[in-house]
This record gives sequence, C-alpha cells and structure tokens, in this order.
Amino acid sequence: MSIILDHVSHIYEEGMAMEHAALKDINLVIPDGQFIGLIGHTGSGKSTLVQHLNGLLAPTSGNVYYNGADIHEKDFDKKQLRSKVGLVFQYPEHQLFEIDVFSDVCFGPKNLGLDKKEVELRAYAALKQVGIEDEYFYQSPFDLSGGQKRRVAIAGVLAMKPEVLILDEPTAGLDPKGRDEILDQIARLRKETGITVILVSHSMEDVAKYVDRIIVMNQGQIMFDDAPKVVFRHYKELEAVGLAAPQVTYIMQALKEKGLEVDTDITTIEEAKTAILKALRR
Amino acid sequence: MLRDITLGQYYQADSVIHRLDPRVKLVTTICFIISLFLVDNWAGYLIAGLFLLMIIRFSKVPFKFMVRGMKSILFLLIFAAVFNLFLTPGEVVVSFWKLKITREGIRFAAFMAVRLIFLIMGSSVMTLTTTPNNLTDGLEKLLGPLKVLKVPVHEIAMMMSIALRFIPILLEETDKIMKAQIARGADFESGNLIRKAKSLVPLLVPLFISAFRRANDLAMAMEARCYRGGEQRTKMKPLIYHKADVLAYGTVACYLVICITFGKILL
Amino acid sequence: MGIVKTDKLVFEYIRRDEEGNVEGITRAVDEVSLDVKQGDFVAILGHNGSGKSTLAKHINAILYPTEGTVFVDGKNTSDESNLWDIRQEAGMVFQNPDNQIIGQVVEEDVGFGPENLGVPTKEIWERVEESLKAVGMYEFRKYSPNKLSGGQKQRVSIAGVIAMHPKCIILDEPTAMLDPNGRKEVIRAVRALNDVEGITVILITHYMEEIIHANKVFVMDKGKIAMEGTPREIFSQVDKLKKLRLDVPQVTLLAHELRESGLPIPEGILTKEELIKALGL
Repeated sequence: MSIILDHVSHIYEEGMAMEHAALKDINLVIPDGQFIGLIGHTGSGKSTLVQHLNGLLAPTSGNVYYNGADIHEKDFDKKQLRSKVGLVFQYPEHQLFEIDVFSDVCFGPKNLGLDKKEVELRAYAALKQVGIEDEYFYQSPFDLSGGQKRRVAIAGVLAMKPEVLILDEPTAGLDPKGRDEILDQIARLRKETGITVILVSHSMEDVAKYVDRIIVMNQGQIMFDDAPKVVFRHYKELEAVGLAAPQVTYIMQALKEKGLEVDTDITTIEEAKTAILKALRR
Repeated sequence: MLRDITLGQYYQADSVIHRLDPRVKLVTTICFIISLFLVDNWAGYLIAGLFLLMIIRFSKVPFKFMVRGMKSILFLLIFAAVFNLFLTPGEVVVSFWKLKITREGIRFAAFMAVRLIFLIMGSSVMTLTTTPNNLTDGLEKLLGPLKVLKVPVHEIAMMMSIALRFIPILLEETDKIMKAQIARGADFESGNLIRKAKSLVPLLVPLFISAFRRANDLAMAMEARCYRGGEQRTKMKPLIYHKADVLAYGTVACYLVICITFGKILL
Repeated sequence: MGIVKTDKLVFEYIRRDEEGNVEGITRAVDEVSLDVKQGDFVAILGHNGSGKSTLAKHINAILYPTEGTVFVDGKNTSDESNLWDIRQEAGMVFQNPDNQIIGQVVEEDVGFGPENLGVPTKEIWERVEESLKAVGMYEFRKYSPNKLSGGQKQRVSIAGVIAMHPKCIILDEPTAMLDPNGRKEVIRAVRALNDVEGITVILITHYMEEIIHANKVFVMDKGKIAMEGTPREIFSQVDKLKKLRLDVPQVTLLAHELRESGLPIPEGILTKEELIKALGL
C-alpha cells in the first residue's frame, strides 16, 4: 500500500507564452503510515505536487500509482481514490457551505454513496476526532470561531476515512494555541489510526516537532528527502533557497562554537534542553 | 480550468492608437457603430471597411488577434444571416418547400453579416488597445455631464474598475473551491440538468460568502483611506487631450461625412 | 497626551439570532486605556477573538466607542467633524492582502489615498514615488497587483497608507496570511518606517518574533489588557503567555525550560547571544 510518483512532470500552460514547469521529473515513494513534512517556499511546486497525489491534477508526463494501479488509467475509480487520499486545502473553512456543522461533514461520505447510517456514523466519529463537542453539531458552521471552523473542515475530509491525509498549511492564520491544538490533534489521530499524514508547512519548528521525514521542494524539484535531522544539517543550502532550520538548531550551533559539547543535529526544544543539561554536567 | 477565460484582453503594444485618449477611442467606436447602421449600400461598407483596416494597421495589433475574437460570435453571425436570408419578403430567387430566398433577403443577409463583423472588430480594436482602467476613466469623464441629472457616474466607474480588479481573484477562488469540493467527492460533471444545478450549491455558497467578505473588507479599506465618493477628489492620471487626440477627432468627423455621403445620400 | 490615547474604551455589540431577536451583548473591548507616544513602536498581542482587531479599528475611526473615548493626535474620534483628519493621520493596513488593494496597477493603488485627500496631481506622483521607494516596491510600480507575492502586496498596501502622510500607522495582523519570507519583508519595511521616518507604529500580531523590536507590548485577552510592558518583561512570563493562548520565541522557551531545570538563567532571554552569555560561555 503506497503512493508512487514515477518521473512526474507538470507544466502549466504548455505550448503557451506563459509556459512554466511546476514539477520537474519527480520520483517519490510514500509508504503507509509515515508522517511526512513537505516544505518549500511559495511557488516551489508543493501545492502542485499534493494535487497530483489524489488525481486533481494529471501529470504532463510520468505516472502516479496508488497501491500499484495507475490512477490515470481509464477504468480507475477517481472518486474512490479521493476518499482514500484526503486533501485538506489551505483555509479549508472557506469551503464550508451547509446549514449546520453536521451536514457539512456528511457531504464527503454522502458523495461516496454510503447509506445514511454509515454517513452519520462517520461524520460523528470525524467530528469527535477533531475535538468538536456535540453542542456545536447543529449550529451554522459560519457562527463558529476560526479555529473551530478549521477543525470542522478537516473533519469533512476525515469523514471519508482516508488512508492518506494531506494538509496544506493547516495552521495558517491561527493563534499559537490554535496552531498547537490542530497539530496535536493530527499527531494523535495518526497515532490512533496509523494513517499516513503529509503536512505542508512553512514552520520549520512545527515540522521538526512532528514529522519523521521531510521532503524539501525547490523550483519544482525535490531538493532533500530525509529524516529531519539530516535535512536540517543542510541549513546553509536551505537558507539559499529562502528556507531555514528551526531556531533551536541555530542556538545549538552557536553553543557548540562557544565550546559547549552539544549535538548540532538537535531540532526540538526538548532535545536541546536535555543536551545542554548533559553537556553542562560534564 | 476557469483561468483560461481571458477578460478585457488588452494587447500590449506601443502604437498611435494605444496612446490616444480613451475618450477619443470610445467616441470613435460609437461613431463607427452608428455609421454601420446608417449606410445601406456597398460603397458605404467599403469606406467603413477601409477605415477599420486603417485603424487596425495603426494599432499594431496582429490581424489574427482580431480573427480569434470573431470565432466566438460565429454562431450568432450565421444565425443572423440565415434569419435574414429566409424571412425577408421580396422578389423570390429560389424557393423550396416553404422556404423562399429573396433578392432582398440575400442583400440583407450579406449586409447583416458585414455589419456584425465590422461591429465586433471595431469594438475589439478599442478593448485591445485600451487598458480596462483607462477605459473606465474615459467613461467616467465622458458621462460626466450626466451628473447634473443625478446619475452616479463616479460610482459606476468605480464599480466597474473594482469588478475588473476582482474578476481574476474570484476566478481563481472558484477554481480552488471547486477542487476542494472535488477532493471531498463532489461531482460537477455527470448527471442530468437538475442534478448538475444541485451540485453547484457547494461551489456557489462558499463563493458568495467569499465575495461578500471581500466586498466588506474592501469597503472598510477604502474608508480607512479616506474614500468619500467623487467629491473633491483629485486624479493621479487626469485625462488631457493632446494634439493627436484632436487630429483623431478630425479624422473621425471626416470619416462620418464621407461615409454618410456615399453610403446614404448618394446611392 | 500621546499620538493615540484611549480612555476606558468599551465596545459592545448586540448579538442577534436568525430572526433578529437580541440574544445578548458581547463586550469586545472592555475598559482599555492606553497611551502611545509619537514615534513609538507598539505591539498588541492576543489570541484570535481577544478584541485586538476591534481595538485597532477604533484608532482609525472605523468603529466608535460604546463608552469611553479615543483620541488621535488630540482629536476625539467620536466627533464626526474630525473623521477625515483622523483617517488621514492614522493609516490602517489590514490582514488580507488581496482585499485592500483597489487599483489595478501598483502605482494607481498607492495614489488612491492622496486622490481621496484632494492632493494636486503633481504632488500625488511625488508621494507615490517616495512611498513606493520607502517600502522597496518602486520597481514594481507598473505591475498588476495580481502578479505580486503576498509580502509584496502588503508592502504596496503600506505604501498606500504612507502616501497619505500619516503620523501613525496601525497594522492589523498584516503578516497572518504570509509565508515566512513575506513576513520578514513586511516587518522589515515597517521597522524602517519607524526608524527612518519616525512614523508611530501600532502592530497587531500573534507572531512572537515580530514584537521583539517594539518599545512596548500590550497583551489582550477577553477585551481587556492582560499584560503590558517591554518585550523582555512580557517574555519573562512564559507560563502566563501560554495561558493566554500565546507563545514565546524558541530561544526564550529554551531558556525558560533550562531555568525550570535549575540552571541560574534569568527570565526574558530574547536572543541566542543572551542565552550564551547567561550560560557563562
């Protein structure tokens, strides 16, 4: 069970004056159960890439396989694919449209042609997964706070029971607590259900804290694809393309330069604390 | 998807026509259209055609751009021609079953086709050589005298220019919402008409909400920047007539006189 | 009295249900008193829904107090005859970069404010030029706003405000919708305005890194001012900030955690250099 991208390229406006390649010969394997961070500055091809994973965009050349089947074959069931590879766009609350929260979350499973009972069970479970209390179920989604709306919108995708969940900057515009809440919920969800999560983010600190693999995109190509520690070791290259390592990595580097015996691979506060305490005790 | 639609398809070039005051271009276009409906002989159309050709040459817009615009009205063109061909009473030339083609019908159909082609080409020269905001400026200034009659000229122009600014943004947004709903299993393509219409709800509701939110934000931003309607407002780019504009007006006047003399009076 | 002063400002709005019946009254801003001096860089922090945006809209006379008063450059915002002076003196930049650009060309958008003020044509051009140069967007003056990045659009919006020659500029979460590079661009432009031109800045945000250079920080919660002080004083209270749904920069948090573990480090570390020094390295 996996998603495989084989020599995928995507060119917008091919043959026109505005032609530009958003993806250039991408080869990628996304096995089950990974928590992946996808980073890259605006216009690096991240959004184009994730839209290939659920077949919203078709490659100009190359193939995308889901569980071994080419998703752009004629008899491939795209609707089924979209339920298996759930994509949460940026500012997903802008897609809410139903009269109440519960019906909105039902939209996805209903489109899959499930019976009413199953639809409602799934909607209920999804809303619980994102931590929305029963009292909000029959309120208009437009009356909720920004963070709640965002969670309802995520539930709308979760209700389709995806095996892969892609979130495009799920924390954009939220306050710090709201950011942590959403990310913690996603991390918990992954632990409980074992689904694959792909997190598109601009925050290196968030990515470092949660994911176990980072894919760095630059100018339509994969620049790095490795464990966070390994990727952030290349902080100089990252800076050259407008990215950076987490702030804490820089702190560790500065400490090391001053002669403190610490590991410079550190990417989270927790690790940094342990390392500094250990080094000082020595 | 939707982004492919081109609106206000301005063609960037540096030509005499591009540099003309938008008011001149608006007035010329109107005069040209009037002339098309006044003349009713071949001589008149010949003069109109030559005039149009001259302007197109001066505008430096490639001829194929004009032709491309014609494709979209092909259906209308054929419809209008056929309609005139069969339904004009007069001296019958050919007849089969209940349909009769008359001499007058042929003449009318041909005139109608030429008129339509000239009309579309004439007005597209204007939109191809004038930026949308220039055009709204020109319209505001031209309609200025209507303010006496309490016509909200400034407001209309402002609305047009805001609409033009937001059309691409809303098109992009439509694209995004559509994709997001497709990702949730929505189907915008299959089914009968009623199902199709129903399937648009998940697209239209968010789109309207977004449009209202944007309108609200924009209104606030405009107020915050001291916008209070057209009163006591100055212009960053005021419209001033230059020598070329006066010359252009003269040319148009000459054209009108010649066109009407040959196309209407002298038959 | 400073350039902006609020005195026990209260703003309430009435909530209605679908039939229009009154459901209750929400106090969005609750007895806020603050005084901002000419040339200051003030930051207002607060979680979503803490009332910080509502407060900001009072300074530009978009909203009027239910109780209390707001003075901008000594003028009471509730007095309608002051309205246009206040809006000219206290310019405002909003969150969404797309929804505040009116012009279809960058330079025309920047000219919009001066046009509204009735500035003569020649001077509009001068103001547009100097404003675009001040935010580093002059080379983009002929562009369509739709072709710019988020950070560039916000810089155009800022130029649009400075072209009105305000004494004070209020930025309501100008970076919330931007990527990290866009955020840096905008904050750099704002700091330059404050340093070079001496324009008073009131920056509303929930990105902690952005307020380090402020002279004074106010933290809002439930419509009230919950904390007030220099960035260092504010960041010294990590636990309190967390309770208010906020955060601190990573270096401050790390220093705090180390202190909790018993190291003799002062609270309110703002840079890695300070941390190094505190660790005695």
